[in-house]
Amino acid sequence: WSVLVSVICSPQNYPLYIRSVPTENELKFHYTVHTSLDVVDEKISAMGKALVDQRELYLGLLYPTEDYKVYGYVTNSKVKFVMVVDSSNTALRDNEIRSMFRKLHNSYTDIMCNPFYNPGDRIHSRAFDNMVNSMMMQVC
Amino acid sequence: MADEALFLLLHNEMVAGLYRAAEQGEGENGRCTTKLESMGFRVGQGLIERFTKDTARFKDELDIMKFICKDFWTTVFKKQIDNLRTNHQGIYVLQDNKFRLLTQMSAGKQYLEHAPKYLAFTCGLIRGGLSNLGIKSIVTAEVSSMPACKLFLEYSVI
Repeated sequence: WSVLVSVICSPQNYPLYIRSVPTENELKFHYTVHTSLDVVDEKISAMGKALVDQRELYLGLLYPTEDYKVYGYVTNSKVKFVMVVDSSNTALRDNEIRSMFRKLHNSYTDIMCNPFYNPGDRIHSRAFDNMVNSMMMQVC
Repeated sequence: MADEALFLLLHNEMVAGLYRAAEQGEGENGRCTTKLESMGFRVGQGLIERFTKDTARFKDELDIMKFICKDFWTTVFKKQIDNLRTNHQGIYVLQDNKFRLLTQMSAGKQYLEHAPKYLAFTCGLIRGGLSNLGIKSIVTAEVSSMPACKLFLEYSVI
């Protein structure tokens, strides 16, 4: 597994979708992602003043801990995607992370257009699960 | 273009169908407009997700309004909004002088009273799109002379 956790959060900051590598300590991952949401909000509100490229949806590395690196992405509809990657995995480049977020965004858009999906509900879709699984497991 | 006619005909039938059902069964006139508006709302949510997938992040509400008037309107109705006015305090007036959903009807007074039914879906469309962008709004429409229409947007940022 190259990516450890993928989370999609609604604009109200509750999770719409969580997929993590099956380990004993999943709660730790949930906690990490939850705290990273603060960093996401910081980055978005700083966009008006900072020299950061405001037009990009990809937020980049949110913060590195000693074991993990956390990446963020926010859509125009204020939906947040967060991915946690093992720090020791140096093979994953920025471009690959970007393309993974694009894939997530594309699949999320498809889910939005699904007439049986109610915006704001948890995402229960086999096709989506398969896509995320194959994405998180890809060997680079 | 075939795809344009598809949406026009489908929309006309939606309106006619809903009102027919209302006459036969229970439910008064007001509910039909609400149903059409809610349909537009859900469609607007999905549509805006697709359209903003590849655009850059919006800077402020004016940016969002310009997007609605230009890109959004062009993609749905194949033309831009003709006039956008605002009082800078959350009220926007969009004017379309040749509203695509009304052009097929005669341009006189004959169908003026029925025209608002054909705008309910579009009002919901805008409200749904804006809601997904983080803006809570109230959208109403007014037709004073076919086929021109005015849409009034009143909003507050969530």
